[in-house]
Amino acid sequence: MANPTAERLSRDEYFYGHKACAGCGGSLAVRAALKVLGQNAVSVLPAGCMSAVGFNFPQLCFSNNSIISTFAGTASMLTGIETGLRAKGYSDFTAVGFAGDGGTADIGIQALSGAIDRNDNIIYICYDNEAYMNTGIQKSGLTPFGARTTTTPAGANIHGNLRPKKNMFEIAAAHDIPYAATASVGYLPDFIKKVEKASRIKGTKYIHVIAPCPTGWGIAPDETVEIAKEVVDCGLWYLAEYENGEFTLNHKPKDFTSVEAYLKKQGRFKHLDLDDIKTVIESRDKKWAFIEKNFTYQ
Amino acid sequence: MKPFLREKKTFSAAEIPEATAFEAGYLVTVNSGWRSIRPVIDTGRCIGCEQCYLYCPDGVIAIQNGKAVIDYDFCKGCGICAKICKIGAIGTEAEHK
Ligand SMILES: Cc1ncc(C[n+]2csc(CCOP(=O)(O)OP(=O)(O)O)c2C)c(N)n1
Ligand code: SF4
Ligand code: SF4
Ligand code: SF4
Ligand SMILES: [Mg+2]
Repeated sequence: MANPTAERLSRDEYFYGHKACAGCGGSLAVRAALKVLGQNAVSVLPAGCMSAVGFNFPQLCFSNNSIISTFAGTASMLTGIETGLRAKGYSDFTAVGFAGDGGTADIGIQALSGAIDRNDNIIYICYDNEAYMNTGIQKSGLTPFGARTTTTPAGANIHGNLRPKKNMFEIAAAHDIPYAATASVGYLPDFIKKVEKASRIKGTKYIHVIAPCPTGWGIAPDETVEIAKEVVDCGLWYLAEYENGEFTLNHKPKDFTSVEAYLKKQGRFKHLDLDDIKTVIESRDKKWAFIEKNFTYQ
Repeated sequence: MKPFLREKKTFSAAEIPEATAFEAGYLVTVNSGWRSIRPVIDTGRCIGCEQCYLYCPDGVIAIQNGKAVIDYDFCKGCGICAKICKIGAIGTEAEHK
């Protein structure tokens, strides 16, 4: 039986035997993207789970050329690789980075902004598991409101993280980047299409993919894909693109599924009360009012 | 190609590369010991739709002769494949190894 998405991908595996936890969403994002980009992808992995689980001396779980960068320097290293290979006369390669939410929205944002400013010909993929997972679940700029992390504990007075998620997609778009997109590993064909599209565009490309972490989110390993789908279905995440100065919404849920049901499935949100859930729903509705106004839906 | 298990697991100092790893795809350990459940494909029911192949975070499912086949050396038993298979061709059993 034909699977149109599977048929467009390389049958080879480029991220194999890695030590990510069972059911890791980040590893699914890396694996899928590399099956699009193929053998000539040169991947850059900053400090974070995907480098920690991919490079375990003497193991290298990547079958394409791959390198670890400094935590802050994913985009800078991509710039160097792209320029260096081009200077040596190579043209058939893709410089691609896979950085976590902390590595992207916090410590790596300056290097990323610089690369977009220079319009370097690279693909930057942020796999967003909504906290610093590799160091044991600390809050990042992309941790959502209400999430319990080790640095935003949930107690009687304060119910986890007080701050909303930074809007990295629109921050990238605000540079007037050639291509930016949001995605989720729960909608894998959509993510794969976006990586394919990015590989055909010249200049800087930014893809922000939600990649649940069973360990940090407090879900079972077999729930990763479902929860990554549900976050889109309940409207707390959205699938969109930015190109030629325009925002496009790719998927519009007819009716949102329950935000409360989405939150209560996860250990990190178990403590939230009805007021907290109301706050989450209100911020979702505000976001969607903005989307309705500023994004076209095709 | 995919990374594969190597025979050679010990090295003299001179053989060790000055890098964070050996060459791309150099594997020396399996992940099978992580499993508490084992996914099992019912080959009779499998229609080869490749959804499990697509969504396996470890890439350990291949389609051979139109049927899903699992590389148990590297399957971690996350159970994602069993949930993604719409027709229920993947069952799970307790791992006894
Ligand atoms: C400059 C620097 N600061 C801190 C660290 C420690 N560190 C390594 S990984 C990591 C967390 C990474 O979080 P994220 O980017 O979200 O990726 P994840 O681990 O969640 O995949 C931290 C803080 C480091 N390696 N380098
Ligand atoms: S801690 Fe989370 S992100 Fe890191 S390897 Fe495990 S599941 Fe993946
Ligand atoms: S999802 Fe089910 S039917 Fe489809 S290939 Fe996998 S085992 Fe076979
Ligand atoms: S249990 Fe997980 S690792 Fe094993 S084959 Fe299924 S999806 Fe892949
Ligand atoms: Mg993270």
